[in-house]
Amino acid sequence: MPRRIVSAVQHIGHRVIESIWRLGYASRFFILVLLKSGTSLRRFGLVMRELYFTGVLSLIIIVVSGLFVGMVLGLQGYETLQKYGSESAVGTLVALSLVRELGPVVAALLFASRAGSAITAEIGLMKATEQLAAMGMMAVDPVARVVAPRFWAGVISMPFLAAIFSVMGVFGGYLVTVVFIGVDEGSFWSQMQSAVDFRFDILNGFIKSCFFGVAVTAIAVFEGYDAPPTAEGVSGATTRTVVTSSLVILGLDFILTAFMFRGVS
Amino acid sequence: MPPEVLIEVNDLSFSYDTRPILKGIDMSMRRGQVVAIMGGSGSGKTTLLRLISGAIQPTSGHVKFAGEVVHELNRDALFRLRRKMGMLFQFGALFTDLSVFDNVAFQMREHTNLPESMIRDLVLMKLHAVGLRGAHQLMPNALSGGMARRVALARSIALDPMLIMYDEPFTGLDPISLSVIGNLIRRLTDALGMTSIVVTHDVQESLKIVDYVYFIADGVIAAQGTPKEVRESVAPFVHQFVHGEEDGPVPFHYPAQTYQEDLKLEDTFA
Repeated sequence: MPRRIVSAVQHIGHRVIESIWRLGYASRFFILVLLKSGTSLRRFGLVMRELYFTGVLSLIIIVVSGLFVGMVLGLQGYETLQKYGSESAVGTLVALSLVRELGPVVAALLFASRAGSAITAEIGLMKATEQLAAMGMMAVDPVARVVAPRFWAGVISMPFLAAIFSVMGVFGGYLVTVVFIGVDEGSFWSQMQSAVDFRFDILNGFIKSCFFGVAVTAIAVFEGYDAPPTAEGVSGATTRTVVTSSLVILGLDFILTAFMFRGVS
Repeated sequence: MPPEVLIEVNDLSFSYDTRPILKGIDMSMRRGQVVAIMGGSGSGKTTLLRLISGAIQPTSGHVKFAGEVVHELNRDALFRLRRKMGMLFQFGALFTDLSVFDNVAFQMREHTNLPESMIRDLVLMKLHAVGLRGAHQLMPNALSGGMARRVALARSIALDPMLIMYDEPFTGLDPISLSVIGNLIRRLTDALGMTSIVVTHDVQESLKIVDYVYFIADGVIAAQGTPKEVRESVAPFVHQFVHGEEDGPVPFHYPAQTYQEDLKLEDTFA
């Protein structure tokens, strides 16, 4: 019995040490990516190419999801607000929910699933098929040439995707409440305009999406670069990217919200 | 005067953790030579290539390439040195997001300021040398295994290196592709005046094209010589390897307790 307890404690200790070591390794890798970003800035074409793969190709899922999330928000908001005769405030509800929270968070979750997993799988497969080793043998640093452009493309794409998600969501809410249900169009837009503050709502939402962009892409490139060069290794790394990114997005959202909206009534 | 020595390997040892892989290897390779490194799977052949290219550090000893001790160089100096080296990976390791043309042009674009018109001519010349000028627009996924390796060969000679290392270049090829790759290695080495190191299992194909052979077994050089000496060798390991014999110094059976003990025959007949 005591031997089993010792073994269990050893196991937990080993896991904790391993997790801390991995966190340190990931942090060092993140700093390395930042230090080797010069190539990405000098040859912005490399980033532009990745912007297409991570940003443009994520558009369809962002646009469709944003539209439906906005439609559902509009529908639910209208159902509740009309009981109090405040259905004209539905525009405010939809806009604030999207700009402050759902836009950055849901867009980041979708981005992690669509682009984050693709980045990890691509870098992981490049490693498994010795493409990264071949690049190193050609005296080209794979972190500068492969990892950094993907990282910056993700960081740049994320705020735009979050903004597009929010815009589509507002449009979805407008479609359901104004066009289909018949809420007054003037009060829908005017209440929204007066309630949404640029500094507290739009700017904070933008800052959140920047943080999420850095977090998701940093996790994605690290997991890909660190993936064991086997089929199982790449598949495990892809799963870890989605799971870790999602948890980090939600955790970061709470922390950022606590700081941003402290004392705002 | 004998040709200049390009690579000197002196008393080179390497261990993974505490497990020794290479133990006191000595080698010397001259310009213009095609040298084969042979040995069973896991004998440390690929590790030796990685040591020569500076991808890993030796436990002791050193590798000198063109007069420079590879593992003593800092990262920038190592990358400068690697511009004089090429490597052909086992399955080509072509960049799958780039076309054949862009794969071969990769190093030229990364390391030179040549105008695009000159890069185009150079790439087509390199592809012509491996017989694939007509395939320059294809993507790597449209190539057969042999074609992919020929493109990788064209890519590795893009900057006219002094040395090319080939990691199992014959694996998984049909007889025609195998012969083509073998002849290309010899022809390009002679035409460009470089040195080639071929890590391979394929005894018959490599003995046709190489100038010198090293056999590695248990982390040491078990035998070495010219292809003629190797073919005529009576050393048990070399004889077994060259003639593909099932049993010999490399046993057929993995070490185990006796067959009778495993089948518990003594109990049955007791």
